[in-house]
Amino acid sequence: MNLLILLAGGMMLIAAFFAVEAKKLLDSVIALSSLSLLSVFLFIIMRAPDVAITEASVGAGLTTAVLLITLFKMRGDDEE
Amino acid sequence: MRRVFAALISMLLVYMMVSFLAVLEPYGKADLSRRVSVHYLAKDVNEVEPVEWIKGKIQIPSERKIYGESNLEDGSANVVTSIVVNYRSFDTLGEVTVLLAAAIGIGLVLRGTKRMKYGRNPNFILRVSTGILLPLMLMFGAYVFVHGHLSPGGGFPGGTILAAAVLLLYLSNEEFSLKEKAAKFLEGSMGSLYVIVGLAGLLTGGAFLYNFLSNGRVGDLFSAGVVPIVYIVIGLKVGSELSGVISEIHREGE
Repeated sequence: MNLLILLAGGMMLIAAFFAVEAKKLLDSVIALSSLSLLSVFLFIIMRAPDVAITEASVGAGLTTAVLLITLFKMRGDDEE
Repeated sequence: MRRVFAALISMLLVYMMVSFLAVLEPYGKADLSRRVSVHYLAKDVNEVEPVEWIKGKIQIPSERKIYGESNLEDGSANVVTSIVVNYRSFDTLGEVTVLLAAAIGIGLVLRGTKRMKYGRNPNFILRVSTGILLPLMLMFGAYVFVHGHLSPGGGFPGGTILAAAVLLLYLSNEEFSLKEKAAKFLEGSMGSLYVIVGLAGLLTGGAFLYNFLSNGRVGDLFSAGVVPIVYIVIGLKVGSELSGVISEIHREGE
């Protein structure tokens, strides 16, 4: 179990660095979403299911959607 | 370089899945629902063994008395909910107000009139799966906020799941547009209902948001006094608020 926590934490770090460093904004958004999902996993391991549900619905669900819609709108402005 | 990263991440994922499979119990033996509910009913996450509870070795504390008064956590199996809604209910009112202010700000900044179109037809899979998933999502959102005092969950995540269902409608149907007035009405009425519940507590118990209903038996759906009412109110309010935010983001200026 300890190894799993380390692994998830390491992957969260990788996702965070990737979100900052990625050239495409879309890649950053996807990396942020995977970061949220990994933190959901960590919350479940740490036995905080309430926080896990909130993180899954808000962090991985709605925030990603809002960021993606914003990205789409920005692209639309660029093309015009 | 990018391919190396991709290979690394996918190898890590595969390793995680394999090691996670070793942790899981074999199919059909996990008995997850009973385990979670027992942990919550006994108000203990770590020590209580479900088997011992089922055999009757450990009693669920039906009511805990401290200095002759009943405890605030009596009715709700989920202690987190009890802290959020009983001990810090005024704080929750403030959180809901913050969300309302954020929604109003988004509505003021993005004042569009036309619904944004993606310019391409949603494909068959998205359209059909929306029909299957949408009722399930709405039901699950309602379940999360109705069962907030029994199992993990509560008003905020439940409302967000409802809003995610509305987002799915927006993605799958180019013509769909939320009835803004109905959402605003639901939001406002639910927000005032929260204050009315608080004022009823003030009238009957002498304190704002006082728990004026009987606690009932731990584990029942109608237990924990006003907690289910407050969470249903918060869930509907947050759901309609975030749906309004999503519909506002989906609109374009004219």
